[in-house]
Amino acid sequence: MNIDPRPSVIGERLSRVKRVIAVTGWKGGIGKSVTASTLALLLAKKGYKIGLFDLDFAGASDHLILGAKGLFPKEEKGLEPPVYEGVKFMSVVFFSENKAVPLRGANVSDAIIELLAITQWGELDFLVLDMPPGINDAALDVMRFARGAQVLAVTIPSVLAHDVLDRSLELYKKLKVPVLGIVENMAAKPGPRSVRRDPALERALGRPAALLKTRFASDLSAVMRRLHVI
Amino acid sequence: MHEWALAESVIKTAVEQSGVQKLKKLKEAGVVFGELQAIDREIFVFALEELRKQFPVAAACKFKVSTEPAAFRCKACSYEFPLKGLKKTKDEAEFIHFVPEMAHTFLKCPKCKSPDFEIARGRGVSISYLKGEK
Repeated sequence: MNIDPRPSVIGERLSRVKRVIAVTGWKGGIGKSVTASTLALLLAKKGYKIGLFDLDFAGASDHLILGAKGLFPKEEKGLEPPVYEGVKFMSVVFFSENKAVPLRGANVSDAIIELLAITQWGELDFLVLDMPPGINDAALDVMRFARGAQVLAVTIPSVLAHDVLDRSLELYKKLKVPVLGIVENMAAKPGPRSVRRDPALERALGRPAALLKTRFASDLSAVMRRLHVI
Repeated sequence: MHEWALAESVIKTAVEQSGVQKLKKLKEAGVVFGELQAIDREIFVFALEELRKQFPVAAACKFKVSTEPAAFRCKACSYEFPLKGLKKTKDEAEFIHFVPEMAHTFLKCPKCKSPDFEIARGRGVSISYLKGEK
């Protein structure tokens, strides 16, 4: 017998989280992390209790988007995420000193299970998951453990990204994972699911107040209103 | 005290398994600590003894703790090596304590210096056996 005990407590760790939104994107560089981080800030500004969990271990960047520096979880019957700009924030960078985390798939999965088992989120209205890119064992594990998570799929106006998006939606259907909606980032024109390309976004990275004033945040907020999230 | 969270997972799993194995009372459970995670045995056992009170089936369960030495296998040069002798700072040891996979960030194969190695044994906490009354 060799039983891994950690999965048994993950349900309990998430038991006081009302809603989990998994921000996914199957292509790199399409704005998944900026979408996840800005969504967390938008919801926190509305007065909701928010958690943000950066699960993109290889390319963790939510801390840079938020400008979150010098933070570390508090050790109290597990790990309590630090609160930054009203968001309870958890990321692998707390443990990597911002160095590369060269993990193979099974290791990523193991590390995610470890953090899901020991992180005490407490009561949350929303937990936003910045998912590992694509679909792999780590992403599948998150979907397995975060039961009831709704997918917010990020794409961009490109036939390549759209084709991959279609395949991802097909898979979520098979896995019976509910899809909350689609965000088309870097769009040229306004639209019901469009977040327009925003040249000012880069300069606002690392500054939450500035980030919330961007057209990117305003468009994302509009899409979220249409999806009845905000 | 993040040991508490892991101790909770051990108790919950033991209780779940007692149901699967149709055990009315758990008498003994084997708990294995992987050397890599460097769990504080005293805190962990204290947490187990406190937590077991919440579960009648596990209330009298004794926990036999053992430590499994960590062993690594380099994916680049196939060299097998133990934890002993690998250099890490106090902070790095603490990060590995929270997330053992951080070993890949802070440790490397002593022979070829690659961080691409497998943790073959002794990673974290597991349950090795359960004994009880049917």
